[in-house]
Amino acid sequence: MKIKVIVTPKKGVLDPQGKAIQQTLNSMNFIDVNEVRQGKYFEINTNLEDEKDAKKNVEDMCKKLLANLVIEDFEIL
Amino acid sequence: MKSSVIIFPGSNCDRDMDVALNKFGFKNKMVWHNDNVIPKSDLVVLPGGFSYGDYLRCGSIAAKSNIINSVIEFANKGGLVIGICNGFQILIETGLVTGALLRNKYLKFICKNIFVKANKSHNKYFNKIKKDVLELHIAHNDGNYFCSEDDLKTMEDNDQIAVRYCDINGEISDNSNPNGSIQNIAGVFNKKKNILGMMPHPERVIDNCLSSNDGSYFFENLLSNMK
Repeated sequence: MKIKVIVTPKKGVLDPQGKAIQQTLNSMNFIDVNEVRQGKYFEINTNLEDEKDAKKNVEDMCKKLLANLVIEDFEIL
Repeated sequence: MKSSVIIFPGSNCDRDMDVALNKFGFKNKMVWHNDNVIPKSDLVVLPGGFSYGDYLRCGSIAAKSNIINSVIEFANKGGLVIGICNGFQILIETGLVTGALLRNKYLKFICKNIFVKANKSHNKYFNKIKKDVLELHIAHNDGNYFCSEDDLKTMEDNDQIAVRYCDINGEISDNSNPNGSIQNIAGVFNKKKNILGMMPHPERVIDNCLSSNDGSYFFENLLSNMK
């Protein structure tokens, strides 16, 4: 089973890369863009067959390794 | 005094630290990250570098190494632990010190000498250093210190801010902040002040033929407190 996770910088945490991307988009004439936040996307293949168990396991992984909860939020899709 | 420097895949300041520790009188051993036990030590150092190629987040993979459990145990018993640069990032990822290190504000790898003011009260790292402003070296991409307002207040109340970036005259301002760190923070202690994590490299400035000799004060002071 494949579980997908998105990790993003928490609201209020400076994201210099997102800022640089936003400025570049603005300079490319995408003038509507007022913020970009850059995150990470993971696809985790697991041997577990029960989706609930698998997602619970991935939540544990997020807390222990995939995200730094001081600066990042995670979302299991 | 005995010290141990942990080598991770991608560490690149391990040998510099070994040279510095030996120069100032430590009997240093190099310890591989896959080992489970630290040799008997008075001081453990996590050196600078790019452990595991900075994959995922700087220091995050190294923080799960075999040796780290022993480092945590050593630290929790009150042992002296220093993390420099990537070592600071590893300390953060283990949770031994508070906060996070974000990408530098202006997205540039910074490699230059900077000036810092150290906290000299009730700690073995800086307490008797006479010089007010130290010239040390930084070389990092992710040294932009961040923590929540609550954590910052707790750390300030406990006097845990170890080092702040300043100018040559000791003035702490935005102009002397190289990477966007909150409150110009370059290094922090844990609550008991036996653990120090900082971005600047004292081991790179230990001889007048290098660009500064101020790192010597750090090692001399530390050793004098351990005898």
